[in-house]
Amino acid sequence: MNILLEDEQATLNIGAELAKRLPPKGVIFLHGPLGAGKTTLVRGFLRALGHSGSTKSPTYTIVEPYKLPERLVYHFDLYRIADPEELEYLGFRDYLEDSCLCLIEWPEKGEHFLPSADIELTLSYEGEGRRFKLKVNNAKWHESIVSIEDCV
Amino acid sequence: MEPQDIKWKKSVMTKILGIETSCDETGIAIYDSEAGIVAHQLYSQVKMHGEYGGVVPELASRDHVRKIIPLIDAALIEAKITHQELSAIAYTQGPGLIGALLVGATVGQSLAYAWNLPSIGIHHLEGHLLAPMLEDKQPEYPFLALLVSGGHTLLVDVKALGDYKIIGESIDDAAGEAFDKTAKIMGLDYPGGPLLAKLAEQGQDIGVRFPRPMTDRPGLDFSFSGLKTFAANKIAACDGSVQSKADIARAFQEAVVDTLAIKCKRAVKQTNHKSLVVAGGVSANVSLREKLAELMKQSGGEVFYPRTEYCTDNGAMIAYAGFCHFAQKEHQLPTSYPIKVHPRWPLSEAF
Repeated sequence: MNILLEDEQATLNIGAELAKRLPPKGVIFLHGPLGAGKTTLVRGFLRALGHSGSTKSPTYTIVEPYKLPERLVYHFDLYRIADPEELEYLGFRDYLEDSCLCLIEWPEKGEHFLPSADIELTLSYEGEGRRFKLKVNNAKWHESIVSIEDCV
Repeated sequence: MEPQDIKWKKSVMTKILGIETSCDETGIAIYDSEAGIVAHQLYSQVKMHGEYGGVVPELASRDHVRKIIPLIDAALIEAKITHQELSAIAYTQGPGLIGALLVGATVGQSLAYAWNLPSIGIHHLEGHLLAPMLEDKQPEYPFLALLVSGGHTLLVDVKALGDYKIIGESIDDAAGEAFDKTAKIMGLDYPGGPLLAKLAEQGQDIGVRFPRPMTDRPGLDFSFSGLKTFAANKIAACDGSVQSKADIARAFQEAVVDTLAIKCKRAVKQTNHKSLVVAGGVSANVSLREKLAELMKQSGGEVFYPRTEYCTDNGAMIAYAGFCHFAQKEHQLPTSYPIKVHPRWPLSEAF
């Protein structure tokens, strides 16, 4: 899937559409440079699941947990991880055992310590807009995800 | 002995060991009620990166387990005391990373048990709020605090010890984070906030005006994520020269500083406090200091800053916060030392 997102609202919308389609447990990688809108997409995602507060950047805290009415979501940002081994010190494996959705920004910083992603999202700059790409790795997710293209 | 005497004795004799492990830094310090901070140990990744020339350090960030005991030993040596002379142990109980917090709490509680000492769990943000009290020039309660760093952007109404109210905070990126990330987008090293500020000094006013997020509506909350994106678009569109980047850096810094100052001004008006405390890594920014000094002068008040090493995460602020709570009431040895941390811990729920 490959879509041009014209503004911030479009990024929020795609996050919301994803939230409606994903099962309660899984791993989602978010790729893209600084300022591409990864956290913005997560904001749209969380709002669609009933989160009404702010969506703080997890760059400093590494992880922000969200206990939502029907879901548990962990928003990770591995940008400041210098060595994937550091994930052990912050108890990363414990997070994955829960029945939760893990949205992981900068997954390349945690290579070999992360489970494989069910889907991978990539945002990149295209003028003032953003190019959005989606890759489904888990065949079970394929059917529910493909319908997204018709909605945006 | 009269209660008054106990209090007097405490205030003269107290020595508190402080342990901070909520995020990246392993910080250990000892506060002496007579002499102030007598030991200050910090195992900083940033410092190590400097020493090792950018090579991945031998001990990774957040590897508190291997750093904490040697640092406690070093602190006792620095203070020239033995553990028998300690009065209590204070440790950061939250908020922060659960794995990181657990190391400090486990070591703190275990040592308190082994050494027959009371222990005090401290809220990390309270440590930051009380840090200016470690300086010769201290604010008096009540005061307004702006905590502005890579991890936080908060305005807090500090009425008294243990009476804190967050009246404004960032809904997305912290101000320091916006500085660091914009610097990275400009091609500077991460974290490059201070480098960006230096580059901004060479910048000229070229008529580029960044938005001042959330200043056009009432309220004291901040949002800095959009500035980073705005900067990224400007950088992508510029000719890539150092001067162009400096011009953008200048406009960006002006926007962040202006936004912080506008909200501080509102908060001063709202609370009527005469003292403004500014802590966190971004408080070292010269442009911000000038702006806030001017602001407080206009309103007949004063700005207070902790010294740089007490601005970022450290054990000294935890030792001092521990002392404040220890001195407030009589402590008995607990019958058990539960190891409990709070990764999510709103300041309002801590007291």
